[in-house]
Amino acid sequence: MTTAEAGKSGGMGKDLVVYLCLLALAGLQFAIAFQSIDTSQMFVRMLAVAIVEAALAVLFFMHLWTEKRGFAMFVLVFTIFVLLAMQYGWTDSTRMVVGAPFSK
Amino acid sequence: MSEADSTLEGHATGLSVGPAFSIPTKKLAIWLFIIADTMTFAACLVAYGFLRNGSADWPRPFHSVTNVALMTFVLLTSSLTMLIGLRAARVGDKAGAFRWTMITAALGILFALLHVREWLGLIHEGMTLFKNPWGNGLFGASFFSVTGLHLTHVTGGVIALFAVGMRYRGGRYNADDIEVLGLYWHFVDLVWMFVVPLVYLLNLAH
Repeated sequence: MTTAEAGKSGGMGKDLVVYLCLLALAGLQFAIAFQSIDTSQMFVRMLAVAIVEAALAVLFFMHLWTEKRGFAMFVLVFTIFVLLAMQYGWTDSTRMVVGAPFSK
Repeated sequence: MSEADSTLEGHATGLSVGPAFSIPTKKLAIWLFIIADTMTFAACLVAYGFLRNGSADWPRPFHSVTNVALMTFVLLTSSLTMLIGLRAARVGDKAGAFRWTMITAALGILFALLHVREWLGLIHEGMTLFKNPWGNGLFGASFFSVTGLHLTHVTGGVIALFAVGMRYRGGRYNADDIEVLGLYWHFVDLVWMFVVPLVYLLNLAH
């Protein structure tokens, strides 16, 4: 089904449900911010919620769910690969905190 | 038709095997832009996280979440109004599509005003790009960079909403153009879902 067809055939109900889910998940992020947990745990939980929110937005608001499978796979694989490739620097940022010297 | 023309036409026919992934070219273009922009925001957020993780005295200047919660609500709601506008455009309801596109733009302006209020509050408390009263001076630079990049996208989106909305009403654009603009607007909303926890909620003063 193309996006246009999906737009014609689907009702507002699904969009409204997704919108309410996104509001609830955003609220969950705010609730996590007031939990008595350490920052790293808080970060992991908030990031997990943000990823679920992003997935909902991409699949239903941006209609990737109804696009051609090949295109959806192209977007997902390419984006995830580059996002993962950006994670190489974290160990070095931790080294900065503990003051460990550069490896020789 | 000359021999050169027919040769060119032959080439064109040979190359025109249909749009990539069988989706309209405009939509493919905005998706490629969104993927590229994802990298820009990801790089900024990773750099922000790197600085925050590598700093022992990272500031926690936010005492209230009211403003940022309101901003989140406004932006999420603007995504819904954008969807309603697209749906109206798809069924040929020109007035409805224009009205909802303008409502989306108004919500975008409200978001920007709330954002500026947030900035002015921090500046009033003494935060600049390179120093602040709470801790690591890099906080200001990274905060203004990440949120400023997002605010620039919102501002650009609002201008595009007005421009596309007016041209749609004038008959120069169609529902596909509203859809392409909607993809961009939802992306701006999506990025905010990561900016809020990383930049605001993790820096709440407890």
